Amino acid sequence: MNSPRATVSKILTYSIVDGPGNRLVIFLQGCNFNCTACHNPHTIGECNHCGDCVPACHADALSLVDGRIVFNPLTCDQCDDCLAVCPINANPMVRDYDVADILELARRHRPFLTGVTVSGGEPTRQLGFVVALFEAIKADEELAGLDCFIDSNGHLGASGWDSLLPVTDGVMLDIKSFDDAVHRELTGKENLKSLRSARLIHEAGKLYELRFLLVPGVTDSDDELDGLVDFMKDLGGDVRVKLNAFQHHGVRPKALEWEKMSKAGVDKAAARLREAGIPNVVTPAVYL
Amino acid sequence: MQDKLRKLRNIANDVTLSPAQKARYLSLEAENMLAYPSLDTETQDALDERVICDMYEGHAPYKPRYVLPDYSVVMQNGSEYLELPAPETLDEAINTLMIAYHHVPSVTGMPVYIGQLDELLLPFCEGVSDETLYEKIKLFWRYLDRTLPDAFMHANIGPKDNRVARTILRVDAELKQIAPNLTLLYDPQESGDEILAMAGSNIAECCKPHIANHPVHADAFDERGYGIVSCYNVLPLAGGASTLTRVNLKEVALRASSEAGFFAETLPYYLELNFRLTQARIDYLFDESGFFDGFLVKEGWIDKDRFTAMFGIFAMAEAVNVLQDKEGREGRYGFDDTANAIGHRISEALAEAVEARSLDNVWRSHALLHSQAGLSDDVEATPGVRIPYGTEPDPVTHVQALAPHHQYYDAGISEILTVDESVTNNPEALVQLCKGAFASGFREFTVNVASNDLVRVTGYMVRLSDIRKFRDQQGSRTNTTVLGAEAAEMTGILDRKPRVVGNELSPGYRQ
Repeated sequence: MNSPRATVSKILTYSIVDGPGNRLVIFLQGCNFNCTACHNPHTIGECNHCGDCVPACHADALSLVDGRIVFNPLTCDQCDDCLAVCPINANPMVRDYDVADILELARRHRPFLTGVTVSGGEPTRQLGFVVALFEAIKADEELAGLDCFIDSNGHLGASGWDSLLPVTDGVMLDIKSFDDAVHRELTGKENLKSLRSARLIHEAGKLYELRFLLVPGVTDSDDELDGLVDFMKDLGGDVRVKLNAFQHHGVRPKALEWEKMSKAGVDKAAARLREAGIPNVVTPAVYL
Repeated sequence: MQDKLRKLRNIANDVTLSPAQKARYLSLEAENMLAYPSLDTETQDALDERVICDMYEGHAPYKPRYVLPDYSVVMQNGSEYLELPAPETLDEAINTLMIAYHHVPSVTGMPVYIGQLDELLLPFCEGVSDETLYEKIKLFWRYLDRTLPDAFMHANIGPKDNRVARTILRVDAELKQIAPNLTLLYDPQESGDEILAMAGSNIAECCKPHIANHPVHADAFDERGYGIVSCYNVLPLAGGASTLTRVNLKEVALRASSEAGFFAETLPYYLELNFRLTQARIDYLFDESGFFDGFLVKEGWIDKDRFTAMFGIFAMAEAVNVLQDKEGREGRYGFDDTANAIGHRISEALAEAVEARSLDNVWRSHALLHSQAGLSDDVEATPGVRIPYGTEPDPVTHVQALAPHHQYYDAGISEILTVDESVTNNPEALVQLCKGAFASGFREFTVNVASNDLVRVTGYMVRLSDIRKFRDQQGSRTNTTVLGAEAAEMTGILDRKPRVVGNELSPGYRQ
């Protein structure tokens, strides 16, 4: 039982927005960015067992045992009050899974699944688990037909991708901004590694989708969109570009000061990209 | 009598109805002034209490509920009665069908089955270009929607991938009409992934087609075949169903002393009464109406021996929850393993009862079990074996909870899965859900994409914009809008995600 384990924030056995078809999605806890616009900020931090969430739990599902948070999923009624009080954007309800657990889940839902997506948080921070999971899926007779995708911010170095890409079928990569200063402001990190990752993944033929979040007045400027066009043209091919619209659902107070992105604004940006010769632009089907 | 006359007058003067719609409602009222086929007291009482139900089919069954002609007969031989030669060109073939439809009765007065269209038209397509075929199908489709505006009218295509089926899918997605309803028969061995992918894209576009698990259906019928009509009723081809009666399982459960009493006494009692009701209606149709003396039988479009009786049930969810309450258990249907297991046991008991009870003038001498999709005025009674509206789990969990029922319902069972409109960017997901559902034993796969204007209400299609218009007293060109508006008001189906209650018959004129 030396199977690698992962800290998992959430698992979905039905998802139609995390890659092609219906997918099993494993959201891993913890992120190396700290995006102002993050719509599930409780996946960013990692629990330090401070215990602040224990009194907030009305269902007595949380306790401190020997200095560590213990979570009882049987009494939890998913009110998420613990997330609201966590001072470090962590999640006391995380569960530990090993590769075998996920394989079992995939087997149970096999006929309904097109593939498996590992998302987050930032999934590449638990690289060993992801590689082991994808290897195991590909080695399993019943599961080998499932394609293995990653939803990443691209902040992983080349050697990390070297170990991951051979067992990965597709990557959905977010570029938060093409202006390094804006990127640092938005995420706390430089954009260089993300841009490098996009090129490297594309060269490996595995860049399924490049995602760009439109925030009014922040990332929807002509300069940003031109940056996106130039990058895509430089990349070559007809990689699918997914424009996402910034929404207020789930974000932290600071981001609530920003305007929501309207459908009209997204359509305008999409039209600009298409006119500039980017053929494959996808826009959201639903606006909250 | 005074009340009845007032009702007739209201119909005649109703500004929201077209003359044809008025004529139909007037005829229904007239039929219902006749005496009902003779019933014993117990059966009559159960009917009056609506524990069992005749779907308001009318007091004098002078035509079968569903007629599924084998149109290949008129395509090959023409019709002496209709003075039609056998068609030789695609134009003649389509024209022959257009004429034929007007001579096929059903419970609504409109044909519910317009044929296995690809199989019927393919022999006439040699030398016809793709573009010409497209133009002709488009005109045919427009004709169907404008002259036979009833969403219960149903076309079948598949299971083989072919150019007529593909053209129909192309036209259907483009026109987004309510009528005709459409089913793709799908066989994993025969159909291939391409036409299934096309169907997935169409569903994302207009919530059609509905996809049928062909190998499972083919197995339940014989070599002459089957057709899917109306809202997902599966019936013998060249025959149909004489009648559809149904048992309200919730009402049965309420009358039971306990779970054990339900299975041992109450359920068998009401099932027997529903068999009697069924037989009384079939006796009238066969012995008194003269229906089977007509040209459809003489020319071989239909065979008198191929008419089944549909034995419907509904409100499974409520029945199970009532039994759970009686036993002091909290688990609810659709979410709790014990509750779900009771549901599966009820379905098994129903199937055994239907198989064991012999009926006269019925195909194979017994009825076929049907999970009935509901009437527009059903209140607090969920269609068939479905999970109550607004509480459904995600589509995968939904399918897994209901799949064990499907083996029992030879005459059809529809679960309508709601999928949010994100799927329009990812129709492949619909294909995968369909494959998963079929692998789990689902007989049929039907999806409503939330926020499409064209949605399924109780199993048939309506336009949400039409319902709004109808409420504003402008009337509607299509008959099913009236039902949709009624269902929306009575059952709150549009309050939640666009979803479906399920069903089908017009219960007649409502004031």
